[in-house]
Amino acid sequence: MLNVYNILETIRMIQDECLDIRTITMGISLLDCIDTDIDKACEKVYNKIVSKAGNLVEIGQRIEKEYGIPIVNKRISVTPVAILAAACPNENPVKFAKALQRAADTCGVNFIGGYSALVHKGFSAGDRELIKSIPEALDVTQNICSSVNIGSTKSGINMDAVKLMGQIIRETAERTADRDCIGAAKLVVFCNAVEDNPFMAGAFHGIGEPDCEIHVGVSGPGVVRSALAKHPDASINELADIIKKTAFKITRMGQLVGARASELLGVPFGIVDLSLAPTPAIGDSVAHILEEMGLEMCGTHGTTACLAMLNDAVKKGGVMASSTVGGLSGAFIPVSEDAGMIDAAVDGVLSLEKLEAMTAVCSVGLDMIAVPGDIAPETISAIIADEAAIGMVNTKTTAVRLIPAIGKKEGEMLEFGGLLGSGPVMPVKDKSAVKFINRGGRIPAPMHSLKN
Amino acid sequence: MRAVITVIGKDNVGILHKVSGICAEMGVNVIEVTQSVLQDMFAMIMLVDITNMNRDFSQLVDEMTNLGEKLGLSIHTMHEDIFNSMHNI
Repeated sequence: MLNVYNILETIRMIQDECLDIRTITMGISLLDCIDTDIDKACEKVYNKIVSKAGNLVEIGQRIEKEYGIPIVNKRISVTPVAILAAACPNENPVKFAKALQRAADTCGVNFIGGYSALVHKGFSAGDRELIKSIPEALDVTQNICSSVNIGSTKSGINMDAVKLMGQIIRETAERTADRDCIGAAKLVVFCNAVEDNPFMAGAFHGIGEPDCEIHVGVSGPGVVRSALAKHPDASINELADIIKKTAFKITRMGQLVGARASELLGVPFGIVDLSLAPTPAIGDSVAHILEEMGLEMCGTHGTTACLAMLNDAVKKGGVMASSTVGGLSGAFIPVSEDAGMIDAAVDGVLSLEKLEAMTAVCSVGLDMIAVPGDIAPETISAIIADEAAIGMVNTKTTAVRLIPAIGKKEGEMLEFGGLLGSGPVMPVKDKSAVKFINRGGRIPAPMHSLKN
Repeated sequence: MRAVITVIGKDNVGILHKVSGICAEMGVNVIEVTQSVLQDMFAMIMLVDITNMNRDFSQLVDEMTNLGEKLGLSIHTMHEDIFNSMHNI
């Protein structure tokens, strides 16, 4: 039965504490669009996306009105385009990116993710061509996101791909240097990428997924922070309980919206991603939750422990609230998209090394971090290798989304605007890893990958 | 199917009348009203039945939002499912 307290609590969460559905993402398989004629394939891709997701935005807006809850992003993820590109050798895969952009414009979605390649064990036909076309694709399109999976717990880390991605990230930033290097903000390198991720830039629709489905990503750092603020003297396990209860409520809302979207769109419901996704808005910061737990500033000693507890409690609370949990599920720590992280990075308290440690205990990885414009491609590759090693050994997803700030030095700022926010250029080590990166080959899978 | 309409803001004459007027016009039946005025702050929660409403639900939401803007009140109209799913197991 409804009671006044519950009604007012829900309204307060939405109005004052920035509670929202971060994204509804429709996953669409493009496997039936493969054609040896790239122009025909592009036409099929456009037609399929528009036929499936033509009313995604409209239905998203209808649900927003029905439940009075904002759905910030309506997005699409598609089959990794490298699989389609494989059928069209000697063609420029950027044609696919342009077709996806046309589909994004027609559907009115914020992003389409899936300009991707999965090369964790090696390159197959189409993979290298697609990866090499990423800088151009992200330069000539606005709403396309790209990702490359370079490692997994099962297969180890493809160091040739790691080397290549260092160059690609740098080149992507260079090509979009006049737009604050925005291209690199739409490119993510994964270890253990998941196939049903609704969040950008890393969303793609895995080949094991159904033809079309709908995923939901929830958010609510502000709600968690204000719930903790009401208990200033609680012990850590009491805090964990409060977070669990809050995460449960947030996730139930995601489940409700996902089920409703699935019903209205007539496609199966995929997963709810149990996430705490910050935005640069005041009161929507994961860093501020950690500070509420008792840290003077995010990034100081104790941050990793606080984040580990937060991430675990969010999952425990959320898992019972949803029929199917998936995606990345955990707290995100994108530096430029989180007001508290930005402050901590500007202050020098939050360093790349601390962020790396934090990624071992939370969702994803080194995310939205601006690095000096003169960074060597091999240094980027070495950072990717470190991060992928954490993912591989801990059997979790890790990712790297670095933005080389072309023409800028440590301490200067990159301004992306909107949800991507702004980030200070953070220092990196000046000693070289060139020899290590140039060796190439593959880091073998760890012992515990042999589970059968 | 039911929805919850909440009205919060500075008290003035005829709020309940205007809100329920819109409901009546759209075929929305008022089931329950909880109202309190603390000093000059008005807070009302209204549970309504929308099963037989003669317009689209989004029109009710828009009308109520417009009324709120006109009267300087914050009016939210939300499907009851969101409260049920968040607060009940």
